[in-house]
Amino acid sequence: MDSHALLAELPRLRRYARALIGDRAAADDLVQDTLERAWSRSGQWRAGNELRTWLFAIMHNLRIDQLRKQPPPLQPIDDEHGELPTRATQSDGIELADLAAALGQLPEEQRAVLLLVGVEEMSYAEVASSLGIPAGTVMSRLARGRERLRALMNGVTSAKHLRVVR
Amino acid sequence: MSMPNETELHAYLDGELSNEAREQVEHWLASDPAAADRAETYRQQKLALQQLFHPVLDEALPPRLQALASAPAKPRWLPTWSLQRLAASVAIAIGSAALGWFGHAFYRPPPQFAQSLPLPHQAAVAHVVFSPDVRRPVEISAEHEDQLVTWLSKRLGTPVRPPKLASAGFELIGGRLLPGNSGPVAQFMYHDASGQRLTLYVSTENTGNRDTAFRFAQEGPVNVFYWIDGKFGYALSAGIPKDQLARVATAVYDQLDKQ
Repeated sequence: MDSHALLAELPRLRRYARALIGDRAAADDLVQDTLERAWSRSGQWRAGNELRTWLFAIMHNLRIDQLRKQPPPLQPIDDEHGELPTRATQSDGIELADLAAALGQLPEEQRAVLLLVGVEEMSYAEVASSLGIPAGTVMSRLARGRERLRALMNGVTSAKHLRVVR
Repeated sequence: MSMPNETELHAYLDGELSNEAREQVEHWLASDPAAADRAETYRQQKLALQQLFHPVLDEALPPRLQALASAPAKPRWLPTWSLQRLAASVAIAIGSAALGWFGHAFYRPPPQFAQSLPLPHQAAVAHVVFSPDVRRPVEISAEHEDQLVTWLSKRLGTPVRPPKLASAGFELIGGRLLPGNSGPVAQFMYHDASGQRLTLYVSTENTGNRDTAFRFAQEGPVNVFYWIDGKFGYALSAGIPKDQLARVATAVYDQLDKQ
């Protein structure tokens, strides 16, 4: 395993972990665990195979282990449970913040696919290989995740709109 | 397939379709404004996600991650807790040095090691791992010193020879090959009459071309004298007092200088 190639993949691994988990320190911890496991299993990686897919697969498996050990996450507070204070501005920054919040409300398996396809720009086959699921499952999770995100963002927008009118 | 479905709409957006299937989807979108609207929303969603997380790529890498990428920097055979303990003791050593009179000259890694584990740290870790080993402290023992010298010189790609430290009261036990930051390094092990062990770590990975005088580092219970000489980095580690270790370091330095 070439350390230069590994170094080149690091920013993407960090980006994906951050987007998936949200918390910066926890995301970097996951990347660190991934690198350690990659080195300890470097014998399993065969030159010619896609290093990126292999690394993302390691990260995915570690994440699954983490989730199994963790207690289930707290339910996110949504509009049904009371209004969250939001500013009624329309700047990009706020919309991106809304997007990050909405993304956090997706089930993690959908979020993972959305990020690998949308942000990491992997092919469906690469995503399937990284997550160890059939390509058909990648496609159905992607469709459900995007639709859910669209609904969540519409909810945010209409809620905002109501506030502006009021 | 007849009518494209929702899954194909996504595959279309992600560039996963054949030409024929793409045309079918385009045809569908042209005739179904609601579907076209969804497609546009998903497309914007994808762009917004990229925009949201792109800045992470430009962040400086945390040193702990960079160190792990640059090489098998963390020896794989070392349990995590002992590395953490060593790191903690380095932090304590640096902290107390800052308070003490010796502060500024203490542990300051030369810049050429900035992207990997510093030489004294690597050497101390190697010392801690192998010196307590009763049965196999070395790979080739001093009885076969010729083999040891030939083998290590071949693997390091340059002649290396263990200095004779009898004058300082230490006798060669043998040596071994270890992974460094980017290639092989050698470790020679010695002991004195009381069984106290001492290791000399020889790296040939230095690209900084900047010689240094003796430097001293304390890594937990291990004292380390180290210096850079051309491409060579030497680190002498032992759990013995600093002044005693300094005498051995001088003896090593003098012999290497004559080689």
